Amino acid sequence: MTPWTTIIKPKNKLFFVDLKELWAYRDLYFMFVKRDIVTWYKQTILGPLWFFIQPLLTTIMFMVVFGGIAKISTDGLPQALFYLAGICLWQYFSESLTETSKTFIENANVFGKVYFPRLVVPLATVTSNLIRLAIQISLFLMVYVYYYFFKGTPLNPNIYLLLTPYLIFLLAGLALGFGILFASVTTKYRDLSFLLSFCIQLWMYATPVIYPLSTIDNPKLRFLMSLNPLTSIIETFKLASLGTGYFSWWGLLYSSLFMLVIFFVGILVFNQIQRSFMDTV
Amino acid sequence: MKTAIEFENISKQYRLGLVSTGTLSHDLNRFWQTKIRGKEDPYLKIGEENRRNTKGQSDYVWALKDIDLSIQEGEVVGIIGKNGAGKSTLLKLLSRVTSPSTGIIRARGRIASLLEVGTGFHPEMTGRENIYMNGAIMGMNRLEITKKLDEIVDFSGCERYLDTPVKRYSSGMTVRLGFAIAAHLEPEILVVDEVLAVGDAEFQKKAIGKMQSVAQSTGRTVLFVSHNMGAVKNLCEKGVLLENGCIAYHGDVHDTIHQYVNMLQTDFNPSVEFLSSASRYFNFTSLKIFQNGQMATPSIDVFDEISFELEYKLEKDDFGHTIFFVIEKEGTPLITLSDTFDNVHLFKHRSKGRYLCRFKLPTPLLKPGFYSVSLQYLRPRTRSLLDIDNALSFQVSLDSRHAFDAGFAKNRKGEIAVNPHWDIKHFG
Repeated sequence: MTPWTTIIKPKNKLFFVDLKELWAYRDLYFMFVKRDIVTWYKQTILGPLWFFIQPLLTTIMFMVVFGGIAKISTDGLPQALFYLAGICLWQYFSESLTETSKTFIENANVFGKVYFPRLVVPLATVTSNLIRLAIQISLFLMVYVYYYFFKGTPLNPNIYLLLTPYLIFLLAGLALGFGILFASVTTKYRDLSFLLSFCIQLWMYATPVIYPLSTIDNPKLRFLMSLNPLTSIIETFKLASLGTGYFSWWGLLYSSLFMLVIFFVGILVFNQIQRSFMDTV
Repeated sequence: MKTAIEFENISKQYRLGLVSTGTLSHDLNRFWQTKIRGKEDPYLKIGEENRRNTKGQSDYVWALKDIDLSIQEGEVVGIIGKNGAGKSTLLKLLSRVTSPSTGIIRARGRIASLLEVGTGFHPEMTGRENIYMNGAIMGMNRLEITKKLDEIVDFSGCERYLDTPVKRYSSGMTVRLGFAIAAHLEPEILVVDEVLAVGDAEFQKKAIGKMQSVAQSTGRTVLFVSHNMGAVKNLCEKGVLLENGCIAYHGDVHDTIHQYVNMLQTDFNPSVEFLSSASRYFNFTSLKIFQNGQMATPSIDVFDEISFELEYKLEKDDFGHTIFFVIEKEGTPLITLSDTFDNVHLFKHRSKGRYLCRFKLPTPLLKPGFYSVSLQYLRPRTRSLLDIDNALSFQVSLDSRHAFDAGFAKNRKGEIAVNPHWDIKHFG
């Protein structure tokens, strides 16, 4: 007698993620990534150019408001480069977080009809945003080359650059963890989605995106800032690429642990919700 | 023979009303009762049977209760029952869209559901991309789909539009493409819920044929939910009759349909009250059926005069609306009547209050068979809609005083009975 292949029970184990099943649905994962990319800028005139225009406009806005009017220090670096470095990473995080947090609500229609491992959707979102990040990093490189070779600005790219993939991995993990956590909770209590968009805005100001960590002199404030898992990630990237920034292995270790915890909490809650969310959404 | 699917003590409970208000307090209460005080779940306890025409005592309802069922490999099983009997819930559990409250389901092989064709189609993507997308959602991998691509395209008849975004497709084409993908899935267990209600007649025929061949030639297990007894009889060999979330009968398909028909007959009620007040604008109050001017009996004759009395309430002043009155014969819509769209002089402003409308059907009109009435309220432009499916059902039979081989006897061709005035002259 062949064994049962599918067993449907009221509840799963708490941390159970069926990796074999996820692997079996890898084609779906690639299709979702493709769908995201194909449909981002469908029926727009400029199409994929928006990938460039968005960070460019944000950078210019920051240069005018924070650099020009508020005169916030950029550690002696060219404003365009300083802001762009922060914006690329920050936008990857915030976009991934916002999009994954809508996993259940935006896909309720599909989820209500067929079964596939729900985790495929947020995973694909985080991946497709990587493409966007790659394009924005290339913009950053162009500006970088301009300043380095044509303006002769003293920039010190260094060995820490090798950490960049790991930094992005941390960002992805954090965005995914927070995203699926919020996605799960918003199926029941819808008002949390308003809270999230507000939190993300505030979070950017609590992260050294528009200012360097070195401008914070107050030790208490500095301690609070170091509790933010994004602080060390963005500072490390700025140090690695631009030569000024703050780096400590402890900070990075803290961010890594934070990511692991939030990721597992996310999975835990996601697992609980995904099996019954059609009854509550 | 091997068992393909086994349901063991399956129950599913739903909460009625607005889920988003008060859930936090319910959740906290539940947590307090079960986890802290160690008592039974207060909300699971008071759940009751799912009868939608009587108002329940509690906010919780059992959509399915203690289902034990095993289905053999290669069987084509029709699941029938009235609206709200739990048919769709059963399929939803099986396709893992939602999880059961208690019990366990075991199955052998891949389960694919055809709950609604075209699920997951993205309007901006082309037909080809959507074939891959939809196939992947249903659990196929890229290679499998590529192998079947030509067959799928052929079956759907969408070859010319393959590289056009799906948003430019007609709804019929979308349905065809969706079904074509699903039909070529080759899962071991196929779950189908009323998909055949859409698409044109030619395509329906093709789809039924495909499902039959899938079931017969490859020994797959198919679960088919439908209101269309004709389709169930054609497709299935076994039947499961659900009533109020429990299995009322399980066996040969003809016996099951017979049981269902009996159930409808014993449940006959010539006067139905609607308790819900779902809409802020409009609510149906009651619907009555009359036979020769008197309350109808379970057996209405073809030559009896059938009339209806519908009472409704306008909660607000209304600039004009219509009520669609759909008579279905054994699950297939036969006639749609509209009070104000068919009679424009009746389409006018009506002030708030209760209304009663009566109408007679021409005699004869309905051939022997089982009929049900669905009501629909529609306000043009605002698109506010209120639907009551199977509001009332009744049986029409051919009384013995008419010859059994009359032109509109049940076994004769045709769907309606009319008896025009015949003039026969001897002229030569």
